[in-house]
Amino acid sequence: MSNAAIVDHNVPPGEPPHIHHMDTPTAYGAAKLGMWLFLATEILLFAVMFCSFAIMRYYHLHEFHEASHHLDLRAGALNTAILLFSSYTAAVAVTKAQMGDNRGVVKNFTYSLLCGFGFLIVKSYEYTHKAHEGMFPFVWNSDFYHYKNFLGLYFCMTGLHALHVIIGMAIMFWYGIRPARNNRFSGKYYTPVELSALYWHLVDLIWIYLFPLLYLVG
Amino acid sequence: MAHSHDHSHSGDGHSHGDTLGHVVPVKTFAKVLGALLVLTIITVAAAKIDMGKWNIVGAMVIASIKASLVILVFMHGKYENKIIWTYILIPFILLAIMIGGVFTDDPFRDRIQHFKVTEQAK
Repeated sequence: MSNAAIVDHNVPPGEPPHIHHMDTPTAYGAAKLGMWLFLATEILLFAVMFCSFAIMRYYHLHEFHEASHHLDLRAGALNTAILLFSSYTAAVAVTKAQMGDNRGVVKNFTYSLLCGFGFLIVKSYEYTHKAHEGMFPFVWNSDFYHYKNFLGLYFCMTGLHALHVIIGMAIMFWYGIRPARNNRFSGKYYTPVELSALYWHLVDLIWIYLFPLLYLVG
Repeated sequence: MAHSHDHSHSGDGHSHGDTLGHVVPVKTFAKVLGALLVLTIITVAAAKIDMGKWNIVGAMVIASIKASLVILVFMHGKYENKIIWTYILIPFILLAIMIGGVFTDDPFRDRIQHFKVTEQAK
């Protein structure tokens, strides 16, 4: 390892990377702490939208109630179940990595990935349906102008959430599935698996609040 | 997992026979998944009953129970130290301050305006 390298990944499978000036438990703790700090900023990003939703709902309660009934509750509930299950498989992937079962990591992250695709398919079906009804940006039907407050927030929040789903899927593939196929992980080194799973759980966490707010109580 | 925080080894390939963090059995995750799905059904069922403004309170309480389960078990929050818990709680505290701040300001603006107008009329 040269002095210039801060992190040296050139190690046998299952061994933690050599990190300059840091032992493995410290590096593991630091990486996790950094991830939680990042997740905190992600929650705050959505917090601004939740706050907008709260104040808009306060002023336009009736419109919010009516508009939320135009959303497809069955599609929303299906997506909730899909995301909860995908979160479960992501959590299982971490346990598998800790036990050194790399094939288990690949299998469970693939389940999460497929659930992510399923979620996006249901979401795009909902969006297309809304476009047909004239409740979509650029194709607003003038009958639904009073729903713009609610639906605008709906598209912003679910759109940003869907973007996170796509990013989460890319992370799980790149940092989870790809190295696991090379038997990279063991009880001594599984940080990327845990951090990818943490990101995916955040996606689930946000949806847990979005679903009742948008689809149920409006 | 007392050994997981043992820093005496330099981490250069010593075999502890132990993992870095806490290992949660798959069975526990399955139970939590079951609880989360049941809670989802309860939320949907509760929304069908008209309880006025209590609908949103109930929905948010159930959502928070679900969120706590995800953080504590799925995200291993139960086994994390105080520094990480600070990071977990800070965004929620900031969100509460933000929503609290907006609601103690915006809805009362009309009243302040009304107060100013009546003051000027005197």
